Amino acid sequence: MSTHGIGVKDAFQPNGDQPIEYRRVYVWELPVRVYHWINAVALVLLCVTGYLIGAPIRAFYAAEAYQQYWFGWVRFIHFLAAFVYVFNFLARLYWGFVGNRYSSWRAFFPLKPAQRQEIVDVVKADVLETKMHGPISTGHNALAGVIYFGTFLAFVFQSITGFALYSSMSNSWLPRMFTWVVPLMGGEFGVRFWHHTFLWFFVVFVIVHVYLAFYHDYIEGRGTVSSIIGGWKFDRVEKQKRGK
Amino acid sequence: MGHSIWQSMQQKGYSRRDFLQFCAAAATVAGLGQTGVAQVVSAFDKKEKPAVVWLHFQECTCCSESFIRASHPIVLDVLLDVLDLNYTETLMAPSGFQAEKSLSDTIEKNKGKYIVLVEGAVPTHDEGVYCMIGGKTAESILQTVTRDAAAVVAWGSCACNGCIQAAKPNPTGATPIYKLIDKPVINVPGCPPIADVMMGVVTHLLVLGTPPALDSQNRPQEFYGRRVHDTCYRRPNYDAGLFVESWDDEGARKGYCLYKMGCKGPVTYNACSVTKWNDGVSYPIQSGHNCIGCPEAGFWDNGPFYQHLASFPGFGVESTADTVGAVVGVATLAGVAAHAVVTNIRKRKVIAEVHAEDEKKES
Repeated sequence: MSTHGIGVKDAFQPNGDQPIEYRRVYVWELPVRVYHWINAVALVLLCVTGYLIGAPIRAFYAAEAYQQYWFGWVRFIHFLAAFVYVFNFLARLYWGFVGNRYSSWRAFFPLKPAQRQEIVDVVKADVLETKMHGPISTGHNALAGVIYFGTFLAFVFQSITGFALYSSMSNSWLPRMFTWVVPLMGGEFGVRFWHHTFLWFFVVFVIVHVYLAFYHDYIEGRGTVSSIIGGWKFDRVEKQKRGK
Repeated sequence: MGHSIWQSMQQKGYSRRDFLQFCAAAATVAGLGQTGVAQVVSAFDKKEKPAVVWLHFQECTCCSESFIRASHPIVLDVLLDVLDLNYTETLMAPSGFQAEKSLSDTIEKNKGKYIVLVEGAVPTHDEGVYCMIGGKTAESILQTVTRDAAAVVAWGSCACNGCIQAAKPNPTGATPIYKLIDKPVINVPGCPPIADVMMGVVTHLLVLGTPPALDSQNRPQEFYGRRVHDTCYRRPNYDAGLFVESWDDEGARKGYCLYKMGCKGPVTYNACSVTKWNDGVSYPIQSGHNCIGCPEAGFWDNGPFYQHLASFPGFGVESTADTVGAVVGVATLAGVAAHAVVTNIRKRKVIAEVHAEDEKKES
């Protein structure tokens, strides 16, 4: 018996003389973690304020217009969060070229056969709750990578349509770059319709993303959730490697 | 023919002072301002008044009705008087063959100099049989008449974007003018366009001989540069979050914002809230009704009029993107919850398996 407390391995490994070894891997560098949390806060703000802009709630206190500005504030928070979100996203794109291999742009495209095999494996593990064939990627698994790429496309779509809508009330060069979108989508009504519809993509994404992060934290048992706070994950050290 | 506007005014007994007053009014209407008056005077003094042809296709004549109600009677009077409005089915005296002859004479004699004003969309399905005048299809008339025109103006939403004829399923293949001819078209949308806006565009063409500054959709910037929402007098209520919730509530009486009643002001480009209608009396929102977005392309399909969001295609009239989204969101939550339940039911087995496997590897 080991002397350092009672653990699961003591109960299930009667001969427990040789504990399983895990190696610490620094997966998510600080810029990636900062990106993730700024993005999360901005996204939630954008979804909540965006929904309110589409379907404003009744004012709690209604007298004269000059006495309050709540809808103005809702819109201001939406626009502010949108700018933060876009520049944060651009910073992440840059980091995809200079960051470590886990945050590299390559992680988002299943170009290798092994990645495609992993997609099938992860879908099976997630949906049918089967066991994985091989070890799962240390960074994003291949399926998550592809889905994040799809999410990036949705980010881009939402930014373009958002700026297109914003361009009618702004003379600044950034939104003005997207005025061409309006006639393309049959007027601002169409742009607003699609911008609003994509809100629900993000709602569904957040639900699935948070759940799967918890689920993978459980099935992989290597600190998936804590890795986006501290940056570290754990890789099992294979026997032959530690034999030496 | 061959007279300038000043000459024809003299013939009618107007004084030079009347003429200058008219020029000042015309400069204002055309959006040229005080500095443009001299330009107007010199143009109306010397320039031959251009011949004008007004074509009617698939339309309800509301544009003509609007035009003859312009708020500056002196401008209207003189323009209608002095314009060589040689062909317009609704206002001209001749009919039948005489009318058609006057059309062909006008375009023959004024090659490259006449102005064409088009009211209505052009049907293209079934070889254009859905709108024929004098045995000719609307499209062939349009092509013949616009070929040698100096300028082409599309009056109203029908000519600019198809309006109700082009609404789904568009049985006659109603098509806006700019898609049919190679010439640049000045789009003056609205159902109908504001009389003073129409007057402004015509005056601009007469005075300067060039179209006014246009936006990306070829609409005159001076009138279609801003949203109805931007200049709406109810805008403070929007920013304050004070909305009309139903047509007969206290908010409606107090004149709160009609955003939640489906007002399309925030997505509609027009001058309604600035020029207003009928000599500046009112405009829809001031009269307590939401803007329906009539100058915007496809506004009939962006319905219902009294709903802020469009109906989501394929999910019935009442379901908006929010209904569909909420259903999808709840379904996702339910799926995730079911997954969590299954995971927990299998928990003991999975944990035991993992430990057994670890053990095997270790041994």
